[in-house]
Amino acid sequence: MSAGRRWIVAAAAGLVVALLLPRLGVPTFYVSLLTQTWIFAIVAMSLDLLVGFTGLVNFSQAALFGVGAYAVAIAATRFHVTAFAPVMALGIVSAMLTAAIFGLVALRSEGVGFIIMTIALNEIVWGLAYQWVSVSGGDNGITGIVRPHVGPFDVSANTGYYYVCLAFFAISLVLLLTIVRSPFGLVLKGVRETPRRMRALGYNVWLYRYLAMTISGGFAGVAGVLFAWYNQFVGPVALSLDQSTQILIIVILGGIGTLYGQVFGALVVVFLSNELSAVTQRWEMVLGVVYFAVVMYAPGGLVVLVPRLWGRLLGRRTPVVTEES
Amino acid sequence: MGLQFYVQNALGGLAYGSLLFLIASGLTLIFGLMRIINLAQTAFYLLGAYVGLTLVAHGMNFWLASVAAGVATMVLGLAVYSAFLHRYHADPLTSLLLTLGFALILDDGVLAFWGGDPRSIAPPPILAGSIHVGTLVFPEYWLAVIVISFTIAAILFLALQRTMLGVMIRASVDDEEMARGLGVDVNRAFFIVFAAGAFIAGLGGLLGGPITSAYPGLDGELTPLAFAVVIVGGMGSLTGALVGSLLIGLVNAFGKAMFPELSYFTIFVPVALIMAFRPQGLFGRKL
Repeated sequence: MSAGRRWIVAAAAGLVVALLLPRLGVPTFYVSLLTQTWIFAIVAMSLDLLVGFTGLVNFSQAALFGVGAYAVAIAATRFHVTAFAPVMALGIVSAMLTAAIFGLVALRSEGVGFIIMTIALNEIVWGLAYQWVSVSGGDNGITGIVRPHVGPFDVSANTGYYYVCLAFFAISLVLLLTIVRSPFGLVLKGVRETPRRMRALGYNVWLYRYLAMTISGGFAGVAGVLFAWYNQFVGPVALSLDQSTQILIIVILGGIGTLYGQVFGALVVVFLSNELSAVTQRWEMVLGVVYFAVVMYAPGGLVVLVPRLWGRLLGRRTPVVTEES
Repeated sequence: MGLQFYVQNALGGLAYGSLLFLIASGLTLIFGLMRIINLAQTAFYLLGAYVGLTLVAHGMNFWLASVAAGVATMVLGLAVYSAFLHRYHADPLTSLLLTLGFALILDDGVLAFWGGDPRSIAPPPILAGSIHVGTLVFPEYWLAVIVISFTIAAILFLALQRTMLGVMIRASVDDEEMARGLGVDVNRAFFIVFAAGAFIAGLGGLLGGPITSAYPGLDGELTPLAFAVVIVGGMGSLTGALVGSLLIGLVNAFGKAMFPELSYFTIFVPVALIMAFRPQGLFGRKL
């Protein structure tokens, strides 16, 4: 089989498994963890577009995710707008607008300066959510969000909602793959590799980075909207710096610049943090240790680590899988 | 809003700002020298506060306890630095994630060891009173904190400007390769600066305790402020950290008094202006 066809078969098989899982008697608890996995995979992919394909390490992704989530909550509780399509559109647009503003500020710096600026931006939005009690509910957050009907389907139950998130994940993955393979995506990769050369070739590097940030914000917003419906609650934790870090950890774990790898990263992080919190009260500590382990021992992510470990297990060396470029 | 209001908030803001300096000085120096964004710096502060209050509860003198808290924090910080961080000084992303992981561990460790209840910390009895000037009243301890922080700032400035070690540190900041080439032990400079940053933050924990008290999550609340300081002042600049701390302390105090719901936002007004018009900060160099 050619490499391309093998990918299609793998993706189709994955999709079939994902579609069947809730029907195979998987307990509801795990169905809802898998739902979370799709949501975090979407936001991780949105960050991967920046980290993996544009070379921008954005620490404000949780703020964009959170803006999407708060948009749902505020629309529902204040303006009684709860229908599926308008709310989703609102979440996407508000996250993209926020990203567009962030881009204006943060893209004045590069490299580590960009990291610092995005940390500060994330903290600003977190501070607003945490303290502006009359709008955001402060630390208590906003409750009373109800999952909408999607067309004729009632998705208020966990299984139904699972399919909504899966659908959005699949659409996002396809869209993002299309973007990174388009001429626009090729320019982004050029910007990632050698901004100076791209500039010399006449490309407006700033504009490409800016567009990438805005597009990425839109996908983060999608995930945020889904997250708000999933939890039926939004609090400031959703857009904390810790959340931004966790998204980045998913991206690293999944494999920077792979997009599809983010599913595995999200799967590990979602299951780990939920299972750990069931087993031990000290799960945050374990999560901290996991950060160390990921950063130090798996900087290439699972897509590199797993084949290598597998190879070692079988006693032979396998070629290292390189990132898709 | 009379005179009382302004003087009270100005002094409160300066006291809070000088505490911020104890956190931000380490943040800015460590970044300036080794490009490590140490997000565990506020966790160091929290750890210092808890270690200190435990020592005080066991009868130790307040000042001695704050030095001991600083030393304890420093030892822990250096252990992590030597075991992990030092390898990644040229890799801002990896080191940042490591310090975040470390902050998580510290935070949770504090929660496990000391529990989740907020702890108030009493100032040393000598400074527990208030100063009355006409109709103005303010706690003596605020003044003490301001004086101590300025003293620490002065010591840091002198050490950087007037000692051989300071010369080596500044040389390493300017051009690490050249400094190494000239025989400067850059790694030793790294080690010492990281130690100093952790020590001062840990010391600040107990010193600041009577003002901020201690509770899990305090570090998360201080991180945005410390960041605001270094962005306004300029990452890597000690002068910037001092000016930025006082500025942010003042804005924070007046913001909290006038717009209680939006105080984080009022802090970030100067930050946003700086980011928009002078991304390198007031005293920083272009990143």
